[in-house]
Amino acid sequence: MSETFDAIVIGAGPSGNACAYVLAKSGLNVLQIERGEYSGSKNVQGAILYADALERIIPDFRDDAPLERHIVEQRMWILDDKAHVGGHYRSDAFNEERPNRYTIIRAQFDKWFNRKVREAGALVVCETTVTELIKDGKGKVIGVRTDREDGEVYADVVVMADGVNALVASRSGIKKEVAPETVALAVKEMHFLPQDVIESRFNIGEEEGVVIEVAGSVTVGMVGTAFLYTNKESIAIGIGCLVSDFAEAQVRPAFLLEKFKNHPSIKPLIAGSEVKEYAAHLIPEGGLPAVPQLYGDGWMIVGDAAQFVNAVHREGSNLAMTSGRLAAETIIEAKKAGKPMVASVLAAYKKALDDSFVIKDLHKYRRLPKVLHHNKHFFTDYPRLLSQAAETMLRVDGEDKRSKEKKVTKAFRSTRRLGGLLGDVFNLARAFR
Amino acid sequence: MQEISIKVEEKLYQNRYMVDEGRPHISVKPHTQPTEALASLVKICPAGCYSRTETGQVEVAPDGCLECGTCRIVCAATGDIEWNYPRGGYGILFKFG
Repeated sequence: MSETFDAIVIGAGPSGNACAYVLAKSGLNVLQIERGEYSGSKNVQGAILYADALERIIPDFRDDAPLERHIVEQRMWILDDKAHVGGHYRSDAFNEERPNRYTIIRAQFDKWFNRKVREAGALVVCETTVTELIKDGKGKVIGVRTDREDGEVYADVVVMADGVNALVASRSGIKKEVAPETVALAVKEMHFLPQDVIESRFNIGEEEGVVIEVAGSVTVGMVGTAFLYTNKESIAIGIGCLVSDFAEAQVRPAFLLEKFKNHPSIKPLIAGSEVKEYAAHLIPEGGLPAVPQLYGDGWMIVGDAAQFVNAVHREGSNLAMTSGRLAAETIIEAKKAGKPMVASVLAAYKKALDDSFVIKDLHKYRRLPKVLHHNKHFFTDYPRLLSQAAETMLRVDGEDKRSKEKKVTKAFRSTRRLGGLLGDVFNLARAFR
Repeated sequence: MQEISIKVEEKLYQNRYMVDEGRPHISVKPHTQPTEALASLVKICPAGCYSRTETGQVEVAPDGCLECGTCRIVCAATGDIEWNYPRGGYGILFKFG
């Protein structure tokens, strides 16, 4: 291939597909390179699709996208070894004409999204791994090198959408290596059950879905969360903790998943299911402090490669799609104006991100990763204390309620002391502000 | 804590792979004593690709690799391993992801 493309997009996940689609739709000459057999074959997510981010790219996506269930109920559980305490929110308002969130199966969804990219006119090359960026004498990125024979291709701009490991950027020296405390390792299984069994177990109708987000003793003191999502005929169940915590605590990830699956609150939900896949993936958790330089002469970074994950709200694919779209719009604008793809021009991408929910949300929670990292008791002491408090108050055993209240208060104070409790409240409130 | 026995190999049997025979995408650099980071991989690799030899070295058999990158990141500072993505088209093929 000797032709020069307007843009090369590395990777075909949500950010790469969004970017390539918007670019191709505008008539630009786009090459997208994916290392998997097809878009989705290397990608792992829970997975929740956020309609709004996709609607801004493909307004009528509901017509043919492979969607599992729209979410009508959210459960937030805090687990200790025997119990869960938590909150549920379920609303018929989520049964709307254009639902807001769906569960999806990424291998199927990404394949669909990538078909749209092809239909929009992009050239998609799969089974090809990009090994490095090609720069000119002045350091401007002018193309990529791949593992194919004569696998050098050139473009005015290269968009790196190659996922959380962001190998291309770090090996080209334009981004620091990912640090173990800024990523979580998540392991996940797909459990298959008949559709009617899922619907009766979760008390939902044919198209309706439930999401359970979990924190507490299941992560054995490590910073992390677990999840359970209902698909049409399967349940996705997984758990993830910071890589630095795994390394320090020397816990086997598969053991952690087994422990979660065997928790008395979880076990009946997946009983009798057939497991058809076991996956592992990294999730960016470093928040705003871990976001790298996002653009330069001839290059941009989008999606997980840019660490765009809102760890608090478990959002990532929407940040990925939005960053991919904004990068594409920046390129289209520059092309229209006949400007070169240099840093001063591509800076408009950063500006657009700053003005969007992507950076605004990351900014809101910028302190949280550090707070959680230094306060592991949020994952150990509090789940236990909350469960004990609930059990104490609910068990009717002849003891008067005031004495029970005193017992609960005493348990909190003896575990964290007054100063510790106040500090926790302050730190958390500040981190969420 | 309740004892739970797990065999990662049994989990991996459910997955689809296209193994690039004779071209492992991860290798461990020769060593006599593994660093702490390298030794930790025996436990924390989610696919159980790392093991100890009888003489105490750490070795890798990346056929069941899930390509998460955990080992790469843990050993980035020590340089104990050489890590690349498999050649295009090879490696794990997620059916569901």
